[in-house]
Amino acid sequence: MTIEIKTATLEPVRNTFAHIERRFGDKPATRYQEATYDVASEVNFHYRPLWQPEFELNDTGRTAIVMEDWYAFKDPRQFYYGTYVQMRAKQQEVAESNYSFFEKRDLARLIPEEIQKKVIRLLIPLRHVEQAANLNNVYGSSLGYGTAITQALLYNGMDRLGNAQYLSRIGLILDGNSSDSLAEAKRYWMDDAIWQGVRAYCEANICVEDWFESFVAQDVVLDALIYELVYLQFDQWLADNGGQDISMLTEFIQNWNKDTNRWVDSVVKVAAAESDANKQQLEQWISHWKGKAVEALAPLADEMLDAEALSNAVAAMDKRLNKAGLFK
Amino acid sequence: MAAKKLNIKDKYRLLTRDLDWDFSYEDPKKAFPYEEFEGIKITDWNKWEDPFRLTMDSYWKYQAEKEKKLYAILDAFSQNNGHLNVVDPRYVNAVKIFLTGVSPLEYQAYQGFAHVGRQFSGVGARVACQMQSLDELRHVQTQIHAMSHYNKFFDGFQEFSHMHDRVWYLSVPRSFFTDARSAGPFEFMIAIGFSFEYVLTNLLFVPFMSGAAHNGDMATVTFGFSAQSDEARHMTLGLEVIKFLLEQHEDNVPIVQKWIDKWFWRGTRLLTIVAMMMDYMLPNKVMSWKEAWEVYFEEAGGALFKDLARYGITMPKYADVIEKEKEHISHQAWWTFYTHGHAAGFHTWIPSDQELDWLSEKYPDTFDKYYRPMWELAKEQEAKGERFYTSGLPQLCQTCQIPMLFTEMDNPNQNSMRDTVFDGERYHFCSDGCCDIFKDEPEKYVQAWLPVHQIFQGNCGGPDVGDILSDYYRMNVGVDNMDIKDSPDEQRWNKWKGVA
Repeated sequence: MTIEIKTATLEPVRNTFAHIERRFGDKPATRYQEATYDVASEVNFHYRPLWQPEFELNDTGRTAIVMEDWYAFKDPRQFYYGTYVQMRAKQQEVAESNYSFFEKRDLARLIPEEIQKKVIRLLIPLRHVEQAANLNNVYGSSLGYGTAITQALLYNGMDRLGNAQYLSRIGLILDGNSSDSLAEAKRYWMDDAIWQGVRAYCEANICVEDWFESFVAQDVVLDALIYELVYLQFDQWLADNGGQDISMLTEFIQNWNKDTNRWVDSVVKVAAAESDANKQQLEQWISHWKGKAVEALAPLADEMLDAEALSNAVAAMDKRLNKAGLFK
Repeated sequence: MAAKKLNIKDKYRLLTRDLDWDFSYEDPKKAFPYEEFEGIKITDWNKWEDPFRLTMDSYWKYQAEKEKKLYAILDAFSQNNGHLNVVDPRYVNAVKIFLTGVSPLEYQAYQGFAHVGRQFSGVGARVACQMQSLDELRHVQTQIHAMSHYNKFFDGFQEFSHMHDRVWYLSVPRSFFTDARSAGPFEFMIAIGFSFEYVLTNLLFVPFMSGAAHNGDMATVTFGFSAQSDEARHMTLGLEVIKFLLEQHEDNVPIVQKWIDKWFWRGTRLLTIVAMMMDYMLPNKVMSWKEAWEVYFEEAGGALFKDLARYGITMPKYADVIEKEKEHISHQAWWTFYTHGHAAGFHTWIPSDQELDWLSEKYPDTFDKYYRPMWELAKEQEAKGERFYTSGLPQLCQTCQIPMLFTEMDNPNQNSMRDTVFDGERYHFCSDGCCDIFKDEPEKYVQAWLPVHQIFQGNCGGPDVGDILSDYYRMNVGVDNMDIKDSPDEQRWNKWKGVA
């Protein structure tokens, strides 16, 4: 049996905003729709930016990718600000309890010293890669077109800052808050031969002008390889060699990656399906950056695992790209 | 090993500022190309004091809690037909101005702070700007959600995004923000981070939110409360920016002073619409515009500028003119909207007798002398069934884009007009302040997309004003516009309330 509370119902004059109705018909809209579609300005900007007079403030011309409708990039997670922060808040709650558990039981003492050293040399420097990813995603958010993709790029940019902070905290746990491990990891990042390719890649990408290309070089190529290499394969290696508790501290990033890959793959898929020209452009960018990334990651992968590890990561990335409609 | 305790400052430094590194494979100027062209000199970004020290995990946590509470109230508001609790349907027109005129500015703030949050080479400033960018995105989205319910029951909300890009009076707030975003990154920070967020926010955000509180608008006021702690963070960022720039190099002082002069004038012009909203559109008044100006600008702003004097910063240029304007601008603006009520996307009306008396009391030196007689005349006309609408299109100021509605402040019977010639063409202005801004950057301001000029050039459809309103602006003519009397809004309200 159900009980029913009687409320006064008033017939609304309209179900949603006119621009939402034009897209989805005259029916109640979701909060994602009202927060996203056609919110960004499209015409009459008054002044050209002093810093880029060749473009309007909001301009589709800042990338070689061409879309009939930039709102085709619907986020499969349907993140608008509210759903985004609430999802991350839940995940950080789990992360927080993992970090506290780890610290309270002092699990670091159970990790062999050479494994700890390996973590400092091979995992912690990734905080700088996350920092580069922060810059590249915020870049796309600020110069990209249409709220559907630009809001997701901002969420991703802020996520990367969060990831960098979680990685830094691993270092602080291992060094008892002396921050020596962070300084050491930064020295590796700056000077150790195994990191120089990755650092050069990051610096080069930060200087890329086309925001979509920058997204490709970061989120589509480099992240795909690092995710497979580090957060899956190296994580497994750590588990097999007495460092399994480190996984508690990278769980946030692992889950975040799974979740984010859905969005990244959908962006690639939508852009590629739009036109042959887009498809070719994406394939050209991906080939270029993949070549650089493989070269950059090779010494790191060797040190971390073995030569096969990187080819496994490349194969996994190729499979994702294939599923998104590229290189076939 | 017992972990040593890290203080917040050190922890924040390690988790944020230590993430950057010195480039060796690329020229950092290629990564951060816009830092020098404005002439601002930054000698050491490390001197930046983080205005707030939030790591992302705490950010997500706090903000998610706020969002949860806010959306619970918004859900309850719409489930219980919360719009029926506003004091009077006239009030809803203030909310229309907010959604069409202010919420899209939040969007531009998101874009502008994302831009500087990418372009500053100092990581501390960058991260603070990124967080503000994310907050601003929050504000536009939560405002749309808070006002979504009103859109279902009142006219004039439905095309807010389309209208913001096109409609004549909305080009005032719009061009204000595109002006800031098209400037260099440091000017943007002085324009929006400091002048707007730190000094003028209390005169924009607070009047609308207090207006909501006084007039039974639970949705908007709940948004306001929820955004308050974000705004507090934004204000500390604005203050840090100005102190940082002034402390970095003495050569920055005259540049910053010029921007302060410009953006205060631009800001006070923009606030005209808030002045009008406070004095004429709120059935339950919060305080008069004049009182708000005295409290929030003259007292609070005065103290701030006293504090900045040690850097060599003086009160904004034309502060003396602004002081006189508080007596006049709300009356001049509402009269303009009343007489152009057929071309506005919201309803207008004659103040009630009780409201006229309130205005007389709040403006003893000017209202009875200059403005009350106009309303008495309008009342007579309306009683005769001849509600007055003007037929012409107003001339707009080339800088602030407000119709030339202002008078000389020492002689309210005399319209204020200035002009100057640039590149063989004559340009018109509402004031010395706007004329000066133009003369400093004429190449920028000749680009202004002046809605009335555009109409005359045939760029907005036509030929009749009615066609432009319905086709180019997408207003429902006869529904969204005109007097509130007999409007569909009023008719529905009376039906809901059982008033014949």
